[in-house]
Amino acid sequence: MSQGSPFSPYVPNTEDDRRVMLRAVGVESVEELFADIPEGFGRPTLDLPAPLSELELRRELQALSELNLVPGRVPCFLGGGAYDHFVPSVVNHVISRGELSTAYTPYQPEVSQGTLQAIFEFQSMVCQLLGMEVANSGMYDGASALAEAALMACRVTGRERIVYLDTVSPAYLSVMRTYTEPQGLAMAPLAQGASLPEDAACLVVHSPNFFGCIEDVESLARQAHESGALLVASVDPVSLGMFRPPGELGADIAVAEGQALGVSLSFGGPYVGLFTCKTEYLRQMPGRIAGRTVDTQDRVGYVLTLQTREQHIRRERATSNICTSEALVGTAVVTYLACMGRAGLRRIAELTYHKAHYAASLIGRIAGYELPLDGTFFQEFVVSCPIDPAELNRRLLDRGIIGGLDVSDRVRNGMLLCVTEMNTREEIEALATALEEIAR
Amino acid sequence: MHPEDRRYSREHEWARDEGDGTVLVGITDYAQEHLGDIVFLELPPVGTQLDRNQKFGEVESVKSVSDIFSPVSGEVVAVNDVVVDSPEMVNEDPHGSGWLVRLRPSQPSEMDELMSAADYESMLESLE
Amino acid sequence: MSFPVLDRRLLMDRSVSGRVGVSLPPLDVPEQPLPDAAMLRDDLPLPEVSQGEVVRYFTTLSQMNFSVDTNYYPLGSCTMKYNPKINDEAAQLPGFARIHPLQPESTVQGALKLAHSLQGFLAEISGMDAAGLATMAGAQGELAGMLMIRAYHLSRNDTGRRTVLVPDSAHGTNPASAAMCGYRVMSIPSDSQGNMDLEALRNACNSETAGLMLTLPNTLGLFDVNITEICRAVHEAGGLVYGDGANMNALLGHAKLGHLGFDVLHINLHKTFSTPHGGGGPGSGPVCCNAKLAPFLTAPIVESVAEPDGGESFRLATPEMSIGKAGAFHGNFGMLVRAYTYIRGLGAPGLREISESAVIGANYVLSALRDHYHLPYDRPCMHEVVFSARTQKARGVSALDVAKRLIDYGIHPPTMYFPLIVEEALMVEPTETESRETLDNFIEVMKEIARQAEEEPQVLKDAPHYTPNSRLDEARAARRPDLRWRPAEG
Repeated sequence: MSQGSPFSPYVPNTEDDRRVMLRAVGVESVEELFADIPEGFGRPTLDLPAPLSELELRRELQALSELNLVPGRVPCFLGGGAYDHFVPSVVNHVISRGELSTAYTPYQPEVSQGTLQAIFEFQSMVCQLLGMEVANSGMYDGASALAEAALMACRVTGRERIVYLDTVSPAYLSVMRTYTEPQGLAMAPLAQGASLPEDAACLVVHSPNFFGCIEDVESLARQAHESGALLVASVDPVSLGMFRPPGELGADIAVAEGQALGVSLSFGGPYVGLFTCKTEYLRQMPGRIAGRTVDTQDRVGYVLTLQTREQHIRRERATSNICTSEALVGTAVVTYLACMGRAGLRRIAELTYHKAHYAASLIGRIAGYELPLDGTFFQEFVVSCPIDPAELNRRLLDRGIIGGLDVSDRVRNGMLLCVTEMNTREEIEALATALEEIAR
Repeated sequence: MHPEDRRYSREHEWARDEGDGTVLVGITDYAQEHLGDIVFLELPPVGTQLDRNQKFGEVESVKSVSDIFSPVSGEVVAVNDVVVDSPEMVNEDPHGSGWLVRLRPSQPSEMDELMSAADYESMLESLE
Repeated sequence: MSFPVLDRRLLMDRSVSGRVGVSLPPLDVPEQPLPDAAMLRDDLPLPEVSQGEVVRYFTTLSQMNFSVDTNYYPLGSCTMKYNPKINDEAAQLPGFARIHPLQPESTVQGALKLAHSLQGFLAEISGMDAAGLATMAGAQGELAGMLMIRAYHLSRNDTGRRTVLVPDSAHGTNPASAAMCGYRVMSIPSDSQGNMDLEALRNACNSETAGLMLTLPNTLGLFDVNITEICRAVHEAGGLVYGDGANMNALLGHAKLGHLGFDVLHINLHKTFSTPHGGGGPGSGPVCCNAKLAPFLTAPIVESVAEPDGGESFRLATPEMSIGKAGAFHGNFGMLVRAYTYIRGLGAPGLREISESAVIGANYVLSALRDHYHLPYDRPCMHEVVFSARTQKARGVSALDVAKRLIDYGIHPPTMYFPLIVEEALMVEPTETESRETLDNFIEVMKEIARQAEEEPQVLKDAPHYTPNSRLDEARAARRPDLRWRPAEG
């Protein structure tokens, strides 16, 4: 590095450039530009590790990443809201394009048609997959989407009680509590066999539920509607490759975690929440929405629309404070759905279904293990184990297998196992063998 | 520009006595010009009781939302469904077919407290 | 001469029955009984296209965008700087990209160690005691920060605090977030110098004040000279000060918000720490706070545990009085890897250089354009400068027209009509990654546009001229929402 070079390769201006610029500004030194910072507060010490060159950075990050055990390199049977599904190469290729990844929110539509048309594709395919009428451009994740859906149901109905099935994911309920409690909204589980309270804004359903079972959304929707409440459903998008979508089952608002559709697990994020509803509730929907229109020469183009719902216009009266749509993750989702297409997603769903059921049938036959829950499942199922699942998982890990999620707080010695198309027959059989050995 | 057959509020609504015990309410030409392309209207259901200066709806342009206030007290007896379906009507004909609601005033004397067209226009001049 | 017409058809309109975009493996286990047919869907209406068509489609779409990788993008308050590619590469390492969020902690020590270090870096940079990384965007970090303030007051049985003060120059998310916490919002005016009106603030502070939300430098790109008095006034009334970290790019190594009196703030990793904006997300909005608020942080945070062998391990933990979870897992980890890589690559000297270069660039633009565009607050700015096109407006040319004309020169428009207190606002944030030549070109173009506004205004009003679409009919889009593909009729 020569004298006068900038410190970092990301900053182009040299000492010479800075001198010329400061002279043009009319100051002697850069410190003068920071003169508004009160005395005693300027240029504090900054105690950070010494900087690394790119070569050293790559080495350090590689080393850190290798401290982690990678599913795929070892068999992994974890689900619980994040699912290891196949991601075609095309997906990462598309979202790595700088024109898509380094653009901002498409406020200037003439120079953002790529992003806007991709969002329009996203809204279209999400509607088609969920069988719903309208979709927004995406929420942070499935859990925050469900929380926003509950808030929206309260706005639509003017009611303040959110009723949920106790089979909704506990993490999702926790996020919902974060969002709803400060607004004075009540949350209550629907007691077994009880009817919905008259002041319920919505009935919140997760299907497949936290334990993997598919809920009877259709009759739950009927029950909600009888009380004047909305049916809010959180669904698994891959399961919709074969199962009936929430739109056909009477859902008023349907959301989903989009991660399983071509998005890497990435230790929990970034993901994207899919958010859909019936057209009549459109104006109460949170989030960004792209719409199709024409330009001054009557050519088709896309814009962000219905923006008056949003924070930058309605401020404290907005439907939400959200200003992002996880757009690039949404682009991954549409690219994935385009690659998979009509036949591919069905195929992925079927592969997953058959493998998960094969695994369940093997494990259910091992002495000491039981499948305690009835009901149809897709890719996840609860196994009640002969020993504490935490201990079981440790022993599985000793054998190089990442086991399932410990749900023993809900089901006695319960472990929630997940099997997708990524798990080979060998992995599934190795799991069954290991479980058998551990039980002995 | 602002017809003399009606009265005006400081909030840019007009009210015209229809002579049949009802009053027609809309927003002024100045208001629609200021808002730009109107894209959505939220109006109250028939039967709503309104106080004078009470917010009774919202008018949205592409990038703004404005409240609409009732110039007089009364009951909503009709809503202009045509403008709900075609909000651009408010831009095109704010003083005519772009009316918003019809009220049955409970205090007809309130009409006298609103401004005449001339007073309204001089108020507008002072705003410029 | 005729131009080739861009094929704008959607994928469903390109679909041909039988085409596939990816090959999938055969089933390697015995087929299992299917559920009741009544549970299964009849049709799955998704496009049928080949792989090459998918790639060409999305590549063509991408080419209709302006982006930091292709264009100068001085979009105020958004910090559209160069996004280093090593950061993306790091996030895509299989050891980060492929790990499951619910894996046993012993199998993700690398990820937890990285997150723990990043918490420390962000706390150090902001002058705070603690940081949490679970919030997935700036607006969500903001909501979390305000919920922490609310929880703090309630934990002291201080239940009468119902009002949040927000300057009139604030970003719209501030009042929206405060409202989501159940607070009433009170707007505080700015003074003629672009600082907060200190008298108005003092008058507004009382026993109902939960806190103040403030961006520093503010949305005018100015460092509020009364900042320590502002914080003191709020604290004396028993309120807390929330910092919107949107403009942190100006202050790295030059001032710490925690030292100045802020109690809690969020940081936009996608702005200051250069993770790609993605066309509107994913972002990441970690929250930093002082010791008083640390027990309320969003769950989970990462804790370090001393091991008996003298080593250190890491685990996820829920702060004692946490406001709860913000998302299903631990935040946008992929963004955390990028920000970590960025900070590790730059260290203290690199971060200081960023702010200096960003501030020099903005002042350079300010000095060069002050005679051509109205400058509502005539004083040195920080990392961005707000002009007003009101001189041009008097001739019938708006800020929008100026913005659209910039597109013809290959430059992304500045932020327009924000902050709301500046008429015809044009907010320019040059960023530190742009060379003097790029700024010189921008300045020349802006001068040329100012000339055109005087002499040939129509050319501005018709702009942009060379994009795939000319100006779009936004009124039509809002009046008759057309929000998804539908099959052609007939």
